[in-house]
Amino acid sequence: MANNTPDQGEAIVQATNANATSYRRKEMWRALESLVTSRWALVGMLILFIVTFVAIFGPQLAPFDPNRQNIMMRLLEPGEAGAGDLTYWLGSDQLGRDVFSRLLYGARVSLLVGVAAIAVGGTIGIIAGLVSGYYGGWIDDVIMRLGDIQLAFPFILLAIMFLVVLGPGLVNIILVLGIGQWITYARIVRAQTLSLREKEYVEAARAMGDSTFSILFRTILPNIIAPLTVIASFNVAGVILSEAALSFLGLGVPPDVPTWGSMLSESRDHLLSNKWWMSLFPGLAIIFTVLAFNIIGDWLRDFLDPRLKENG
Amino acid sequence: MWTFLARRLLQSIIVLIGVTLISFISLQMGGDPTYLFVSENASTEEIQRAREMLGFDRPLYVQYLSYIWNAMQGDFGNSLSYRQPAIEVVLAVMPATIELTFFSLVLAIGLSIPLGIYAALNRGKPVDGGIMTFAMIGQSIPNFWMGIMMILFFGLYLRWFPISGHVPFLEPLFEGDFATAFNNLPRSMYYMIMPAVAVGTYTLARNARLVRSSMLEVLQQDYVRTARSKGISERRVVIHHAMRNAWLPVVTMIGLEFGFLLGGVVVVETVFSYPGIGRLVFNAINQRDIPVVQASVILLAVIFILLNLIVDMIYARLDPRVKL
Repeated sequence: MANNTPDQGEAIVQATNANATSYRRKEMWRALESLVTSRWALVGMLILFIVTFVAIFGPQLAPFDPNRQNIMMRLLEPGEAGAGDLTYWLGSDQLGRDVFSRLLYGARVSLLVGVAAIAVGGTIGIIAGLVSGYYGGWIDDVIMRLGDIQLAFPFILLAIMFLVVLGPGLVNIILVLGIGQWITYARIVRAQTLSLREKEYVEAARAMGDSTFSILFRTILPNIIAPLTVIASFNVAGVILSEAALSFLGLGVPPDVPTWGSMLSESRDHLLSNKWWMSLFPGLAIIFTVLAFNIIGDWLRDFLDPRLKENG
Repeated sequence: MWTFLARRLLQSIIVLIGVTLISFISLQMGGDPTYLFVSENASTEEIQRAREMLGFDRPLYVQYLSYIWNAMQGDFGNSLSYRQPAIEVVLAVMPATIELTFFSLVLAIGLSIPLGIYAALNRGKPVDGGIMTFAMIGQSIPNFWMGIMMILFFGLYLRWFPISGHVPFLEPLFEGDFATAFNNLPRSMYYMIMPAVAVGTYTLARNARLVRSSMLEVLQQDYVRTARSKGISERRVVIHHAMRNAWLPVVTMIGLEFGFLLGGVVVVETVFSYPGIGRLVFNAINQRDIPVVQASVILLAVIFILLNLIVDMIYARLDPRVKL
């Protein structure tokens, strides 16, 4: 490399980039092919697409304002016609609100909390893991012990403790759920960084005088992102379940924001009078969404590392 | 073995200190914690008096040291709604929660092991696909929703199981009244079956998958092939050779599972109005009874840490290679 003229260097860089692009294109095709051949993954993707669509266009799709109360239309059974020519497809709740419309709006919160919490936890975890693995020593010790302490706690209890003091709210629940996940990412990133730290290309970057920041985020991080996507997919599923549980306990988002968990929480008071639609549909919505993320996580894991394939 | 034990014990103590630190910080995060302990329409003097009485006017490190000192003696302050020490309130409902957690653990593990092994032995066949699909769905169902659906279907529609209530087993047992305890046992289980299934399904599903993949891996090992080639019956190969090693990841999981189950119990108890720590915490949340929430969470964390310590010891015994 040292003898190369700048022109040659440029040519090498261009050739490498071209290679990388064609490799990436090939990988995309492989992903698409594997997605289509494993039917489960396709189903998962389809569910996820529907949920995302609903989350974005919920307001346009919903026949009713999710918060509009109508005491005359309380606890209607699914399919009953309401005021005017609008039908309560999935029934109405104790305040006469349309279950279907609330369900559509609820997709927003579930997806938002799921993705945002992973973004928070993932960012903290990746930075902590990179620093921990790259520097080692006492920083590593402190970060990993902090993680051990957190893992020694059943997570939902930790979330309850913080949310009781902080009070419910969208930002609070995202922060608490996000912080609950960081150690998972930190551990994986740390382990990968430890091994990559000694690789030639990292050493080359160091020799070229790249800053530590650039080495960590431009040289090491892109090479460890793949396993993280698998974890992230499973994690979104877990976070959506936790959010539902916390909302169910009354620790989720404020009451004027419809969420699947809080709909279930409200349905509990009408359990004995057998108003089954109030609890059936939000639950199914949660199950399908969580299932989709779990399936995609499974598929991603098999795709990225066929050796781990369970169904072989 | 002893050095391992000593080290694990030391680790557990560090973790416990961390737990108290986290719960202490959580108290401080909402600003002046005094407001959490006084009623909403308290006067300025009343708040000041409460602040001095609760010691929140002292420097933070003094507060933490006294917090940890009190916590070690089980003193989390008085419950705001029960007007008695929070720890007593929590301990009173603890046996019911332990019963439920343990029962669902037994149920989940007891079913997941044969299911996982059966699926592994029939790899690729429809029965394997069926079990794995069930496991996949089982991991995606919110436990409290499962409880609600069971109440609607098995409780209200079919009327097979009671939808709430609890018959104590551990309580008379602790009091030395064995006759009552064992008399109660069948009815106690009958009342617990629905909540236990709701809590345990996730664990059952997850472990069935774990047992299956662990078993598949072991079945491909050379020593299993050797055992087969010696003409040992398949049954013997599976039970005596393969399972011994397939156990290890499962045992580790059980320790962690207990924590998940405890978390799940907390939520599911509220569905079934089950008189345990979950319902207590739920009510305490609604009444903002902070001492009870704190005492419950810390007590559960202590139980969790102790259990993991025990699991590590079992692990060390099961696998002679493990000298952690």
